[in-house]
Amino acid sequence: MPDTIKRAPVSQQPFKVEKPQDLNTIGGMISIEINEKKVSVPLGTTIYEACKENQIHIPTLCHHPDLCIAGVCRVCVVEVEGMRTLQASCSFPITASIKIKTTSELVRKARRNIIDLLLSEHHGECYACVKNKNCELQTLAQEYGVDKMRYGHISAPIHEVDNSSTSVIRDMNKCILCRRCVRTCIDLQEVGVLEAISRGDKTVIGTFYDKSLQDVICINCGQCINRCPTGALYSNDPSDEIWQAIDDPTKHVVIQTAPSPRAAIGEEFGQPPGKSFTPELNTALKRIGFDRVFDTNFTADLTIHEEGTELLHRLKKALVDKDESVKLPQFTSCSPGWIKFIEHFYPEYLDYLSTAKSPQQMFGAIIKTFYAQEEGIDPKDIVSVSLMPCSAKKFECNRPEMNSSGFKDVDYGLTTRELGKMIREAGINLPELPKTGFDEPFGEASGAGLIFGATGGVMEAALRTVYELVTGREVPFENLRIEVCRGFEGIKEASVKLENVLPDYSFLEGVEVKFMVAHGTANAKQVMELLKAGKLSDVHFIEIMACPGGCLGGGGQPIPTSEEIRKQRAKAIYAEEEGLPIRKSHENPHVKFIYEKFIPEGPCSELSHKLLHTHYTKRGRYII
Amino acid sequence: MEAKINKTHREGAVLFSPYDAGSSIKKALEVGRENILFEVRESKIKGRGGAGFPTATKWMLVAAAKADKKYIVCNADEGEPGTFKDRVLLTEYPDLVFDGMVVAGYTIGAEIGILYLRGEYIFMLEQLEDYLISMRQNNLLGKNILGKEGFNFDISIRLGSGAYVCGEETALIESLEGHRGEPRNRPPYPVNTGYMGYPTVVNNVETLASISKIITKGADWFKTHGTEKSTGSKLFSVSGDCKKPGVYELPWGTTLNELIKIVDAENTKAIQVGGASGVCIPKSQFDRQLSYEDASTGGSIMIFNESRKMLHVLKNFMDFFVEESCGQCTPCRIGNVKLLECVERIEKGEYTFSYINSMKDLSRTMQVASKCGLGQSSPNPFLSILENFKDEIFRSKENGVSHA
Ligand SMILES: Cc1cc2nc3c(=O)[nH]c(=O)nc-3n(C[C@H](O)[C@H](O)[C@H](O)COP(=O)(O)O)c2cc1C
Ligand code: SF4
Repeated sequence: MPDTIKRAPVSQQPFKVEKPQDLNTIGGMISIEINEKKVSVPLGTTIYEACKENQIHIPTLCHHPDLCIAGVCRVCVVEVEGMRTLQASCSFPITASIKIKTTSELVRKARRNIIDLLLSEHHGECYACVKNKNCELQTLAQEYGVDKMRYGHISAPIHEVDNSSTSVIRDMNKCILCRRCVRTCIDLQEVGVLEAISRGDKTVIGTFYDKSLQDVICINCGQCINRCPTGALYSNDPSDEIWQAIDDPTKHVVIQTAPSPRAAIGEEFGQPPGKSFTPELNTALKRIGFDRVFDTNFTADLTIHEEGTELLHRLKKALVDKDESVKLPQFTSCSPGWIKFIEHFYPEYLDYLSTAKSPQQMFGAIIKTFYAQEEGIDPKDIVSVSLMPCSAKKFECNRPEMNSSGFKDVDYGLTTRELGKMIREAGINLPELPKTGFDEPFGEASGAGLIFGATGGVMEAALRTVYELVTGREVPFENLRIEVCRGFEGIKEASVKLENVLPDYSFLEGVEVKFMVAHGTANAKQVMELLKAGKLSDVHFIEIMACPGGCLGGGGQPIPTSEEIRKQRAKAIYAEEEGLPIRKSHENPHVKFIYEKFIPEGPCSELSHKLLHTHYTKRGRYII
Repeated sequence: MEAKINKTHREGAVLFSPYDAGSSIKKALEVGRENILFEVRESKIKGRGGAGFPTATKWMLVAAAKADKKYIVCNADEGEPGTFKDRVLLTEYPDLVFDGMVVAGYTIGAEIGILYLRGEYIFMLEQLEDYLISMRQNNLLGKNILGKEGFNFDISIRLGSGAYVCGEETALIESLEGHRGEPRNRPPYPVNTGYMGYPTVVNNVETLASISKIITKGADWFKTHGTEKSTGSKLFSVSGDCKKPGVYELPWGTTLNELIKIVDAENTKAIQVGGASGVCIPKSQFDRQLSYEDASTGGSIMIFNESRKMLHVLKNFMDFFVEESCGQCTPCRIGNVKLLECVERIEKGEYTFSYINSMKDLSRTMQVASKCGLGQSSPNPFLSILENFKDEIFRSKENGVSHA
């Protein structure tokens, strides 16, 4: 098997048209006619884009801004004068002065027929579907005035729902074969679990040997869910169990909330992307009935202590002890999708991972140990919920090794979408709520923990702390903004030089600390291939997040998603962080308190290893 | 069956006429690229694979393209139901086919030719490979072919796996690249972005074989056969209700009436021209000509006599498309299922005419909105059989009988 998974079968790169640098040169712009109106567009623009520019909405199903074009659903067809057949506007590049009709009878009939055909095979009971009111097929049917099932309607489901996975559920009865999930899994994430199998009327999206999702190399990132136009893919929702726990007076139900859901949950309530609702969310959670609401950023700060200390240990061993068995670069371990990815695809490199648990799991362990002790609650009566942007967190909290207290560290991983539903169910309109803070004893967290939500955030947080720890000075960046860590470039690379270090760290004097940041497992794969080829020997620390954009683009976040939306969420996170009083993990007084009171030996000590660190499993690519 | 095909009387003016192996390559290298292109254009030859695209235009586009590599692919998938003429060419006239590929390679500037062979034709693989070895020994393949400095060209053979849609040129290329055989969006066309992203000519076996003849004997000679717009002759694979089925070389322009005489068919009711995706022509129109401008075909001719039930014939075709659709695009994947359902309902007498009309409307959508030629042409038999045999098919309903 080749190392790089090839592109998804239907994926096509846009037609390569050599565009002139300067659009004003002759041939740079092409004048065309759309519905008899003359307009001018840059050479190589697709018909779909050209229409969009000119305020004409063309319906699409298989098209997605994050994915290669496929041109399979055919609802975006338009008439191009002189061509025998209609053309898929999503894939048709404009290279000549064409005349386009977007609403001729032929086009209208074709679109309507295609929608009717899709509906005839779509076994979805809209009112009982997770995607009700957020389904692209439903919307299309409504926009195009579908008034009857002209080509019949499938009366009963014919596919078994695959709910084997802790994270992703597949109901192929609702699948319309747009192949967005296949393109997501193969092209965007380069995992390659989902693929079209069989042909003709037997075509289905399936897995290797049609195994259930838990038995294949799915990394649970849920990116496919985020791009499914219907309700064929959704996350494994624990909200019923959580409601039950809340209703049970013998249970002490706590919830920790991660930064990304807070920057996106507004979208579940009709708000435009780009606004955080942290304090309103705290109120909502209290009203729903959670006994305590904690901030995952607190354990993000803790993670920085543990992971940063681990890095310094590794550096010392490598530079001072000349220990050749030390593995560098050290990789971050906060993203459970990334962890499963490396366990499957690069199992021989697990020693490069930081052993620190993710913030979710650290919090889980602390709640059922120190918090339980402090509050005098039996850990067996604590139900620990985490609000995450992530479907893989569900898998992570079910890992058998994640039970430091003897009980599951975290009982339920809840996604942004699922919580949105719970809040609506509770009759609450989130944006209009009053504001509340987080509960003690973990009330405060630093801004460094907050920015974990965006790609590059862990690196930025770690640098702020490690640099200061080693030199005694703040990182030399204006307003603590380490811009090289920010932004959505696939792989970022930079370095900081350590000079005039404190005596304890004299071995680091003059060392140029090199680091990298990658998001999306396709980029992670590129980094791993560099590592394999021995080209990362001078790099010390690498942050990897499985999802495009980092956690804010996670598989549990509101749908739809696009780079534009993810950028807005990132903005919300960075804006929120600059308003916080504490912006460095090591300055978080509650973290200091935890160490002083419960882990006096400090980060990476024996007790901290027992509670806050973990180990990984060599899984390999073939599950037998 | 094979014996029968090979015994069938086959004399032909163009392809089935004497040819010296290697002669077209020799001639081509003498006259040079421009003259070959000129000759091919003058001959007005159009593709023999079914779509009928002018071969010269295709070649010129690739010849003019700037690219590091170019490819010539010979489409020997021969999947259209009722076609078996490429099989005869490959087993008995490999010299014509392979020489044609070398000429194409030389003209467009390719160094590699690929023969995409239908999986079921694996039986001829060894023989073809042996033939390629002998070509290499005679320096008709390899480096500096026939002493032409810098002209290097070789041919490899790749096997398909039995999907009809892999005969569609972009699906064929996908399959060659190791993907599911699914057609691509066009544009870009293979002449621009083909195999491995390089400019690629895909030609049918018969097209390339004809090229060998055009090069050796000239465009003017070629044009003495056929009609004004359909030049040369064509191989027809004739099957069905006739005494002499087989492969025939006949000039374009031959009428269906003439054809049934040649193959000795009696009581003929209908002729399906162009395979499953072609059209069904009733007796009243047997004066029509086989040509690109009238009844066009990649070679498949199926003859049905009075004993055949046309609805049954249609059902067979629709069954075929339901299964052979690649399944990627909506109109074809689901549309064909609906058309088949319609045929079944007609069979049972469970239909209204408004329902039939809505199915015709759906057919029109499939023709214009499907992604590739398969879905665009699969409604052809549906529409032509329901139209041309409506008396036979719908008679039963009017009589109140529930069987067609
Ligand atoms: C569904 C489908 C099946 C096809 N099968 C074949 C085939 O078996 N052989 C062939 O030569 N062309 C086939 N074609 C036509 C090819 O796409 C292409 O037009 C042809 O190979 C070009 O060669 P030509 O120009 O020499 O005819 C098929 C087209 C479609 C849409
Ligand atoms: S028309 Fe049919 S065979 Fe062609 S791409 Fe669409 S589904 Fe596949």
